[in-house]
Amino acid sequence: MPLITYREAIKQALDEEIQRDENVCIMGEEVAQYNGAYKVTEGLWEKHGDKRLIDTPISEAAFSGLAIGASALGIRPVVEMMFMSFSYVAIDQLFNNASFCRYMSGGLMNIPIVVRGPANGGTNVGATHSHTPENMVANHPGLKVVCPSNAYDAKGLMKAAIRDNDPVFVMENTLLYGEKWEVPEEEYIVELGVANILQEGTDLTIVSHGRCAMLSLQAAKTLEEKHGVSVEVVDLRSIRPLDEETILKSVKKTHRALLVEENKPYCGVDAQISHIIQLKAFDYLDAPVHRVSAIDAPQIYAKELENWQIPNEERIIAGALKALA
Amino acid sequence: MATTKKKTTSATKTAAKSKNFASAPINKSLSKEEKIDLYRTIVGIRRFEERSLRAYNQGKIGGFLHLYIGQEAVATGIVSLMEENDHIITAYRDHGHALAVGMSMNECMAEMYGKHTGCSKGKGGSMHFFAPDKNYWGGHGIVAGQTPLGAGLAFALKYKGLKGCALAFLGDGAVNQGSFMETLNLASLWNIPVVFVIENNGYSMGTSLKRSSAEENLAHRADGFDMEWEVCNGHDVFEVREVANRAMTRAREEMKPFLLEIRTYRYRGHSVADANHEKYRTKEEIEEYKRTKDPVNVIKQQLLADGTLTEEEAKRIDQEKKDEAEASAKFADESPVAPRSEIQTDVYWEVDNDAEGKLKGTYFFND
Repeated sequence: MPLITYREAIKQALDEEIQRDENVCIMGEEVAQYNGAYKVTEGLWEKHGDKRLIDTPISEAAFSGLAIGASALGIRPVVEMMFMSFSYVAIDQLFNNASFCRYMSGGLMNIPIVVRGPANGGTNVGATHSHTPENMVANHPGLKVVCPSNAYDAKGLMKAAIRDNDPVFVMENTLLYGEKWEVPEEEYIVELGVANILQEGTDLTIVSHGRCAMLSLQAAKTLEEKHGVSVEVVDLRSIRPLDEETILKSVKKTHRALLVEENKPYCGVDAQISHIIQLKAFDYLDAPVHRVSAIDAPQIYAKELENWQIPNEERIIAGALKALA
Repeated sequence: MATTKKKTTSATKTAAKSKNFASAPINKSLSKEEKIDLYRTIVGIRRFEERSLRAYNQGKIGGFLHLYIGQEAVATGIVSLMEENDHIITAYRDHGHALAVGMSMNECMAEMYGKHTGCSKGKGGSMHFFAPDKNYWGGHGIVAGQTPLGAGLAFALKYKGLKGCALAFLGDGAVNQGSFMETLNLASLWNIPVVFVIENNGYSMGTSLKRSSAEENLAHRADGFDMEWEVCNGHDVFEVREVANRAMTRAREEMKPFLLEIRTYRYRGHSVADANHEKYRTKEEIEEYKRTKDPVNVIKQQLLADGTLTEEEAKRIDQEKKDEAEASAKFADESPVAPRSEIQTDVYWEVDNDAEGKLKGTYFFND
């Protein structure tokens, strides 16, 4: 299987879907002629032209809303946010219109759009460019959100998101764009709502998503080598819909859970997961559910401090040892 | 500079000319029945709104109620020009547009009553009427939030190579929202066939135009985006049709956006809850408009004068619409509220259409 980058995997997904469906188009800032701020769409404008790759002015509210309106008539726009942080100026469009038009019309409408872009910290750019709003998106019934942790999932989830008839947010990660994974050449889809067990184990379940899932996997290996602990790592992949079954099955097996995410802890995704575990696997737990999240403050600029603020291997191992105590 | 630009046109100047818009080609071609239909729609909206006000005051309708009384000729005139591939979207003062596109009084009234028989099954309410089968895409509650969607409808027409236009209605308060200005730029930059219709009733809630917009000629804003614009009055349905026809034809034929400002007036408050509406404007101002520019009376007098209607026929139509509105209130009152299970339908298309149970994962998070 060829090794390709996370960036290349997303590009392949976009390229294939543009070719598969004439209604799929990509719009956003610098996506066409500039080849993408993070080069995710590199070469696609040259290949598919102005109709399918559309450069927009810096007007997130207008082009998000335009995509929503166009989708009502059968267009399937993939809207790139240069940073998911920039979606905050389009919140009315995304959190009122994309999420609620179907409901408020009594099911007469549906909004098949994809909103994609990087949603991560750890890049030394300060609080305004480091948001991880998967929790905010998941808090809006009507929206779906996925957080691929690797190239294989990024491609498969992107294709599923584009074919989905509801609005789907795909949260990417700039720190993963250049990382490589094995990705098959033949076509595949990763369904929404299916978690992935990255590593099986018996002593502790780590539930994570996005890049944190990869950090958790690394921490799990260290925990095994240095502490002799067998850790099962569950990568959620999809936040809403959520694969509760896989989480609960794993926790019922290991009896202990550590939740790891880059979200801030208060009302983060893991606050909900923790609730589900205590509600549905209470009798199986041998210890309280523990969490490792971003340290609860606006994202700090200073590189050394930010690297401590967001989850890292050291903090995950410390959290795991607490959960195992 | 394109030739259709009318920099000097203003509502007062147009009105001063007392141009007989009924004899403009687009109106002259109307059959007797079509003209009566315009009257029927205008009267229908008026009687529906009056009946819904009574229901609101009786406590039958919850939430907000933004009445269209005084503005009826705007939606009626413009919708009457819609062709097969034309689409329409508006804000929260949406009842007039809904009835004009042909939605029934029953489904609209029932929606306001929060009943299962409402156009949105009671999930949207007064501000959120939808009828995609009639190219009517709502009914949107957040000021100016619908304007990019309107541009999106037009974008889709262009993308698919269909000849048509999208009508994006907004109020004079919405012009100061960033999303609208962003959308004007996009629409002009990309040459998409959207006609923005500002229904300028002079007040954004309780704040007069003078106190909210630095440039009171709202249509002039189009100049900043190299977009064509026109201004007209909204009380005469034939004037609305004459001017809107140019905008819509240009959008369809030349694939260009257009900004139309229509000077109109609302008799009631911003919503029924707006108890102060006689404090931020005078009673005389309201009475003067009613006396000289009432849209129902204006079309009635025109149709009586040109022999299209007789007093008797006009009265009969009026009574029919009163009866229809009354019946819709009865229908709404007697309709059931949707079952509780409906709270979680119409959230996700994929869930609603998953007859085979193929979907994976949890979509709803109730304990």
